[in-house]
Amino acid sequence: MIIRILLYLWLVLLMQNPVKASNELSGQPLKVGFLMGGPVTDFGWNQSHNDGRIYLEKHMAGKVKTTFAESVPESSEAGRVMERMIAQGAKVIFATSYGYLDSMLKVAARHPDVVFMQINRYSEQKRANIGVYFPYYFEPLYSAGIVAARVTKTHKLGFIVGHVVPNVLAGVNAFTLGARSVNPGVKVNLVCTNSWNDPATEAEATKALVESGADVITSILDSSLTVCNAAAKLSTYCIGAAYDLNKQVPKTWLTGQSWNYGPLYVRVVEQVINGSWKPVTQYYTAKEGYAQLASFGSTVPQAVRGEAALAFKKITTSKVAVFAGPIKDSSGKLRIPAGKTADNHCIEQMNWVVSGVEGALTK
Amino acid sequence: MNIELSEFLIAVAAGMVRSATPVLYATLGEIITERSGILNVGLEGIMLVGAFTGVAITYQTHSVGLGLVAAMIAGLLLGLFHALLAIYFQANQVGVGIAMTIFGTGLSAYLGMDYVGKQINTLGTFKLPLLSDIPVIGPIFFSHDILVYATFILVPLIAFIINRTRLGLTLRAVGEEPRSAAAAGINVELTRYIATACGAALAGLGGAYLSLAYAQGWSENITAGRGWIAVGLVLFASWNPFRALIGAYLFGGAISLQLRLQAAGLDVSPYLLGMLPYVLVILVLSISTARRKNAPSSVPTALGLPYIPQV
Repeated sequence: MIIRILLYLWLVLLMQNPVKASNELSGQPLKVGFLMGGPVTDFGWNQSHNDGRIYLEKHMAGKVKTTFAESVPESSEAGRVMERMIAQGAKVIFATSYGYLDSMLKVAARHPDVVFMQINRYSEQKRANIGVYFPYYFEPLYSAGIVAARVTKTHKLGFIVGHVVPNVLAGVNAFTLGARSVNPGVKVNLVCTNSWNDPATEAEATKALVESGADVITSILDSSLTVCNAAAKLSTYCIGAAYDLNKQVPKTWLTGQSWNYGPLYVRVVEQVINGSWKPVTQYYTAKEGYAQLASFGSTVPQAVRGEAALAFKKITTSKVAVFAGPIKDSSGKLRIPAGKTADNHCIEQMNWVVSGVEGALTK
Repeated sequence: MNIELSEFLIAVAAGMVRSATPVLYATLGEIITERSGILNVGLEGIMLVGAFTGVAITYQTHSVGLGLVAAMIAGLLLGLFHALLAIYFQANQVGVGIAMTIFGTGLSAYLGMDYVGKQINTLGTFKLPLLSDIPVIGPIFFSHDILVYATFILVPLIAFIINRTRLGLTLRAVGEEPRSAAAAGINVELTRYIATACGAALAGLGGAYLSLAYAQGWSENITAGRGWIAVGLVLFASWNPFRALIGAYLFGGAISLQLRLQAAGLDVSPYLLGMLPYVLVILVLSISTARRKNAPSSVPTALGLPYIPQV
């Protein structure tokens, strides 16, 4: 009896697998799954990835179908979500948060036929089906720094970050270098909230910076929305990262960095479809167009817009590098000698801040 | 230098009052709840639902007042639900509280998706005339919004009700000796229902303070652990509203101080500074409990225990 039941179950399983396979052969769309670390309506990091997903589905209509899971914790839960997506037929998985790699390594070993893409995290362990993508976002912040330095009256800029990790410090440094390229007297005050998402603390940090004399507040968090709202309430300019918030805070928005992930996802998925995809670590600079300079707020003077846009163009056309020596850190130590520019390795390991940044990590 | 320093300290103190207020509401609510013998560790979830409801109703009605009332009602309903499970079904109260946290987190995140980034009316600053002009005291205590001022009245009021009125006596009797209270003709279960509902309503209001006055909008997990801090502060306060005020100000002061030290350009690890509020709470908690080792315990005797009426 038990054997008959097992046999029956086995038959059912057998029957299911060929069905799936034949679906693919008959030109069924490729299923692509996305894992997001937060809500896709956050006006920040997660929403920009979701916008990229929607772009992918529109751009490759008929060829690709997408699915996503939001607010997925960076724990073994991420692995379960990946398994569920794969069970529903996903052949490509994009993990858009740093901490998913550990779960991914386990799931990827079980599913050699599925392509996995991890964002912003170098993996020591190589798998034939795991690729890593590093889209750089710091270059637009260099131009944003120029705008901030031109607009500030107090010569003091505030910068709020969630955590002081190399990826974030690259953004703080690029911003500061941009600001000091046009106004060497500018100081940037760095405040860390120890969380990617803690709106109350972000609002209080904004107030603290404004009280200390800063008149432009920049932030690198899951979303810059709370900081921009808090700054607007104090009639203080803001610069954002990840998402264009010009419509949300029209009077006080200067500019910032925004993502354009759509073409990046199309590029990777096309590689998977035509078989040219490789399990490599890929860096994407602003040249590729995935990290953009956000729109300018209505109060930014024309001349400043032109200056910032030109600086960004010089970067994207490789005429100028953001981290071009000589660059000294805040303690005066020479980090990048004259004539040299920072390579990817240097940017990945950036645990120092340039001179002009005040606050944490300045010695 | 001295003028700069005094300005800095005043700014820190004013930030302390603001940062403390949401936690203070939740702590005061929990004191009322626990004095009746019900333990509600689900404050985090209730605050989140309150924060979301406040934003949603304010967005729909354009009235912050209605948003605040709705947040209190949402908290009240969750409190009643907690009480129902804890009293009628005699479920384990810690378990129910944790379930409430998970439920509130998920519910607010799910319903709140459409409200992220919505521009809403927010609770404006209302400088109290005359009082806000007093040097030092004015900018620290009287240059905020009405919900901050309400705590100045609420703390002594709750202390007075608990310690000096018949209502408070009833509450304490139910929390200490429910059977004796029942023998004296008190409806133990009804008292506990009301206390839990009122406590949760205050927690909901604390949550709404975060979204309507502080962050000025909804975002997922906006409380970032403040509900749990409130649960801890009740212990620190040993169920005394005035000590709750001190505890909340210590916590808020640590947040305010560490952010302003960073803003002033002090070179200290932000991780060390970020730990300050929590280390302070733990430190004060351990000192305050250690000191009273030989003194009679202030824990409500029947706290967390199901009440089984004698038959």
